[in-house]
Amino acid sequence: MSKNFTLDGKVISFKDGQTIMDAALTAGVYIPHLCHNPKFIPHGSCKLCIVNVNGRNMTSCTMPAGNGMVIENNTSALNDDRKALVQMLFVEGNHTCPSCEASGNCKLQATAYYLEMLSPHYTHFYPPRTVDASHPDIFLDLNRCILCELCVRASRDVDGKNIFKISGRGIGSHLVVNAESGKLGDTNFAVTDKAARVCPTGAILIKRRGYKTPIGHRIYDHKKINEIQAESDHE
Amino acid sequence: MSSELETAANPENLKRVVIEPVTRVEGHGKVTLLLDDNNHVHQARFHIVEFRGFEKFVQGRPFWEVPVMVQRLCGICPVSHNLAACKAMDMIIGAKITPVADKLRRLMHMGQILQSHALHFFHFSSPDLLFGFDSDIGKRNITGIVESYPDIARQGVALRKFGQEVIHLTTGKRVHGTGAIPGGVNKNLSLEERDYLLKEIDQVISLSQSAVELIKTIYSARTDFHNKFGSYRSSFMSLVRENGAMDLYHGGLRAKDEFNQTIFDHIDYNQYWDYIHEEVKSWSYMKCPFIPSKGRKEGWYRVGPLARVNNCDFIPTLLAEKERKTFREFCGGSATQATLAYHWARMIEMLHAAEVIKELLDDADLQSDDLVSSGERNLRGVGVIEAPRGTLIHHYRINEDEQIVRANLIVATTHNNQAMNEAVRRVALQYLDGQQISEGLLNHIEVAIRAFDPCLSCATHAIGKMPLEVELIDANGSQIQRLIKDSDGRYRI
Repeated sequence: MSKNFTLDGKVISFKDGQTIMDAALTAGVYIPHLCHNPKFIPHGSCKLCIVNVNGRNMTSCTMPAGNGMVIENNTSALNDDRKALVQMLFVEGNHTCPSCEASGNCKLQATAYYLEMLSPHYTHFYPPRTVDASHPDIFLDLNRCILCELCVRASRDVDGKNIFKISGRGIGSHLVVNAESGKLGDTNFAVTDKAARVCPTGAILIKRRGYKTPIGHRIYDHKKINEIQAESDHE
Repeated sequence: MSSELETAANPENLKRVVIEPVTRVEGHGKVTLLLDDNNHVHQARFHIVEFRGFEKFVQGRPFWEVPVMVQRLCGICPVSHNLAACKAMDMIIGAKITPVADKLRRLMHMGQILQSHALHFFHFSSPDLLFGFDSDIGKRNITGIVESYPDIARQGVALRKFGQEVIHLTTGKRVHGTGAIPGGVNKNLSLEERDYLLKEIDQVISLSQSAVELIKTIYSARTDFHNKFGSYRSSFMSLVRENGAMDLYHGGLRAKDEFNQTIFDHIDYNQYWDYIHEEVKSWSYMKCPFIPSKGRKEGWYRVGPLARVNNCDFIPTLLAEKERKTFREFCGGSATQATLAYHWARMIEMLHAAEVIKELLDDADLQSDDLVSSGERNLRGVGVIEAPRGTLIHHYRINEDEQIVRANLIVATTHNNQAMNEAVRRVALQYLDGQQISEGLLNHIEVAIRAFDPCLSCATHAIGKMPLEVELIDANGSQIQRLIKDSDGRYRI
C-alpha cells in the first residue's frame, strides 16, 4: 500500500527514505530552496524550504516524509518568511545583478523574482569580501557566496578533492580554499570538476564564458524557477 | 580662444548666481555666475557635481565583465560604452573580430545614435527651438510640444522607438543588454528580426529627412542669431576612416584647429595619450582634456556631431552626404563654429544612422553564426568609438590573472568640458551681462549647454521635474532675489 501526505491539499505519494522535498520534486511540486540539490546530501542551511508539517515548521529537504502528514508550503506566511531570508542573503553579500554574468541563470535572483522581492528591504552590509582570480580557468567571487555549501559537498563527495570548506562562525562564516596560500590557483581544482558547475549564484565562474548566452536564452528568461524543476539546468 | 571668465580676479565682493541643476540634459550639473553690483559677469563656470567612480570600482573585476558593468554609466548611450569597452577587450584577447560581428556591432551602434539623437532633439531641445529660449516656461517642455506640435512629438517618439528596437533585437534588451562581448557578439540577427526592422526602416529614413528639414528651417529663419548665439572658435576632434569618411564605429583620430587646419590626422587611437592630455580643475569632478601640442590654455577642443560633420571629408551614405553638403554651403563652404549648429549636424547624423541601418539590414552576413574570435593575449586594450555625444575612449590594463588593474575613461562630455564652459561664458556675456536676471535669461545658458547634449553623469534625467533654485546675492552676502522652481514645475519667489 502506497504512503502519501498532503501538500497544500494535494496528495503526494512517497517511498520510504524520501524527504518531503524529494517527494515534492518527484511529483513536480516546487518548494523554494537554494542549498538543496537532489544529487547531494541535504544540508538544511538556507531554510528557504521550510514547510509547515502538522503545525510545526520544518526544513523539507531534511525532514523524512511521513504517512498522513498534512503539509503547508505555498502560503503567504511561509513565502513572506522566505522572502525575508532571501532579502537578508542579498544584503549580507554584494550582489550586483546588473553586471553579474550569472544574471538570468542565477537561482538566488530567480528565487527572489519568484518570491516577488521588489527591494532588499534591509540595510546593505557591503561586506569587504575578496575575489580570487589565481586559477587559470576559474574565477572565485566571494561577494556572491551564500554559504550553501554545494561546492563543498560537490568537491568532497563527487570530485574527491575537498577544495572548499566553510570557516568561521555566525556572521564571520566564509568560504575558504584548501591550499596553504588560500588561493584557488594553488589547488588541483579543474574546470571539469562538479564543484566548478554547481554554484547557484555567480560565486564560482568559469573564466571567459560570461555573457556568451544571449538574453532570451538564459535559464530563467522565460520561465520562473518554480516552472523549472530540472536541477541539471545549473550544471 | 578665450577663457578669461573662468576665474574672477577678485571674487570676494561679487554676487553669486547658481543654476542648479541644469535641466533637460543627461545627469546633474550646475552653473555658477559671479556678478558685480551692476550685474556685469566676472566669472562663469559649468560644474559637474557628480562623482561616479567607475574607473576605480572596475579594478579587480574580470575583464569580460567590464563591458557590461561600464555600460551602466549611461541609460541613454549604454551601447556606446559597451562597444568601446568591448573594442578594448578585443585588443586584450587579441581578437580580430569577424565581419559578421563588426556589422552587428555597427547595427546596434546605429540604433543607439538614432534613438539618442532623436531623444535629444525632440524631447530636450525642440521646446527651446520651437517656442523660443525665453518663452513661457510652463509650455517650454515636451508636453508643450505634444500640445502645440503633436506631429513633431510623434515623429520624435517614433524615431526613438525604432532605435530602441534595433538595440533590443541586437542586444536582448532595449537598455543595458549584452549583445557585444569581447571578441565579437553573442547573437546574430534572425530573418524574423531583420524583417521586423525592414518593415519600418523606409519610414524612419523619411522621418529623419524631415527632422533635418525642420532644424534647417528653424536655423535659417534666424541665421544671424543662431550663428552668433554662444559661438566661439575652437578645434574639433573626431574619428574618421582612412579615406576621410565619417565613421561612428571605428577609425583614426583627426583634429582640426579653429581655422580648419589639421592638427593631427589618422592617428591610431591606441596611442591616444600622446595626443590628448587631461587637466584637473578644483571646481569640477570632470577633467579638462587638451591637445598638448597646442598647450593647456589653447588646446581644448569640441567633439560630437558638429565636430564629426565638420571634420569628415564626406558621409558615406547618399542622403546624409547631400545634407552635409547643404550644411557646409550654408556655413560658407567651411567648418562652422556656431554652437547651435550642433543641432543641425546631429540631425544629419541621425539620417546617416538610419541609412546605415537600412544598408546593414540588407546584408546577409547578419544571419551568419561566425560571431566570436580570439587571438594572442595582451595586458592592455584601448577602445574608441564615436558615441552620440562624441569621441569615447576606454582604456584598460589587466594583470596575469585577467583582472582589471587600471581603467581610464574619457567620455564625450569630458572632451567638451572646456567647450561647454566657453559657451556658458559667451552667453553670459552676450545676454546676461548687466541685465536683471530672469528665468528666461538663465535658460539661454542652459540652451548653450544643451546644444552639446551633455551626459553629465549619464542616465539620470527628469524632464520638467527637476527642482531649480536661483539666488542673487549682493556684495554683502544678502539675498536680493530668489526664484524657485518646485518639482511640480511651479515657480515661486
